[in-house]
Amino acid sequence: MTQAKISIQNLYYTYEDGIEALRDISLEIPANEIFVLFGPARSGKSTLLRLLNRLSDLDEGSARQGTILFDGKDVFARSVDVSDLRRRISMVFAMPTPLPGSIYDNLAYGLKMAGIRERSELDRRVEQSLKQSALWGEVKDRLGASAFALSGGQKQRLCLARSLALEPDVVVLDNPTSGLDPISTATVEESLYTLKERYTIIMVPHSVQQAARVADQAAFLLDGTLIEVGEAGKMFVQPKDQRTEDYITGRFG
Amino acid sequence: MSTNPSLAASDTTEESAPRPRIGEWIIENLIRLAGLSTVVIIGLIFLFLLREGGPTFLDIPLRQLFGSRWYPIEGIFGLLPLIVGSLLVTVGAVFIAVPLGLITAIYLGEIAPPWQREILKPLIEMLAGIPSIVLGFLGWVALAPLIQNAGAATGLTAFTGAVILAYMSLPTIISISEDALYAVPKEYRDGALAIGATQWQTIWRVVLPAARSGIVIAVMLGIGRAIGETMAVMLVTGNAANIPALSGGMIFEPVRTMTATIAAEMGEVAQGSLHYNTLFGIGIVLFIITFAINSLAGRIVGTRGARRTGGKL
Repeated sequence: MTQAKISIQNLYYTYEDGIEALRDISLEIPANEIFVLFGPARSGKSTLLRLLNRLSDLDEGSARQGTILFDGKDVFARSVDVSDLRRRISMVFAMPTPLPGSIYDNLAYGLKMAGIRERSELDRRVEQSLKQSALWGEVKDRLGASAFALSGGQKQRLCLARSLALEPDVVVLDNPTSGLDPISTATVEESLYTLKERYTIIMVPHSVQQAARVADQAAFLLDGTLIEVGEAGKMFVQPKDQRTEDYITGRFG
Repeated sequence: MSTNPSLAASDTTEESAPRPRIGEWIIENLIRLAGLSTVVIIGLIFLFLLREGGPTFLDIPLRQLFGSRWYPIEGIFGLLPLIVGSLLVTVGAVFIAVPLGLITAIYLGEIAPPWQREILKPLIEMLAGIPSIVLGFLGWVALAPLIQNAGAATGLTAFTGAVILAYMSLPTIISISEDALYAVPKEYRDGALAIGATQWQTIWRVVLPAARSGIVIAVMLGIGRAIGETMAVMLVTGNAANIPALSGGMIFEPVRTMTATIAAEMGEVAQGSLHYNTLFGIGIVLFIITFAINSLAGRIVGTRGARRTGGKL
């Protein structure tokens, strides 16, 4: 097996109010696969995602133990440029958040911050990322229109495109289809299959069904503890742990 | 189970309805009276202003009224020096207070750690509680000598007034624009940070544009506070009703504002004289200016509401 893209080792995380969100998590996330993190609400999935690109830096008074290695390098090392890290591990949230400005601005914004100024390069990346997120056909004639005028599903794909435009290594998706209808969901899922050829994808799914549909690898979290991790094909058919089975089959709580 | 108590409750209200109805009627009408009285009083104030100040605009030729000479003793009533005085002081105050207030709000809302915020916020609210005359006094004893030492002919200038007014409107600007920043969803910040924006880039390109309308309102209300202020300004602006020569240094010359003129001269005029009417005329001009600022602010609040729903749809 090749070296893991992201390797999480004995990770603990506690919020300011003393809530232990993650307890002794160790995970290996391989490159160019879709890795799905699933579990009930408040099981620590989003907390874990926010640690990967250090959005957790914003949580005041929190405490962390353990390490996350990205391509073998410690994410939390002092020498790491956080902006650069976030461009390489790019994140899409459950709630689509277009930024003020046009569709084009939304996509070019992150690129400009990364120092890309050439018009031709900006245009190329905007077009490519919109095609990858299956939005190009719908917006190619109105790139100058306000991003707020898009529908919910379009906004979500715009946010995905905004991440992809940065040409990251890893795309982190926190429930990217939460507000979408089944057709838009299918569109996003289909684009994920194509995207994994170029990117490593880490995703918190909308449902167990979605997890089973898209995952190559899966990890089941419960109350901040990792219960089970492994190949999705096996896990969703024959889970090793009773709790995983209960959750997958809906016999939970 | 859960419907029974509510049914019982509605039964009792219906049964005992006749008795509290008289009390209800009295309270309802007292509240209505209180509400209406505000409308009536405002109407009366406006009528009174018109009756006392109206003749100004009829009796004094417009050319003189908007002339540059204010010599009430000689019967020359040009409002321009007073309007220019008010404008200089107010605009000066805005130029000082808006950047300072905005930067403070950004610091408080976006950058300061919680323990600093807990110290700073009450302090800023205390600044709002300082009586304006005390600030004027500070301007007189502390600020004016500084300005004179810096080379102005006198320390009592439009600039001194502007600084004092700026500090008076700062608490308003800071607390309202901080509220506006606070109302920007956390997801916006996350969204920008997650594509590699630094904290400052996030504030400048995402948070401030999103909070823009709230910030405009903060500024408007700050200006409203500044333009109506009287005593402190009268104390520190030098009280000279002439138009400073148009130059870069004009803000460092003494002026007199509209409000200060009313306060200074009202005690000396014969009731019913043209001078007396003119002071009320100045009141009308002030009234119109504040009214314009308030309705502008109101309109911006309106469009913000509309934009919000538009954004969600």
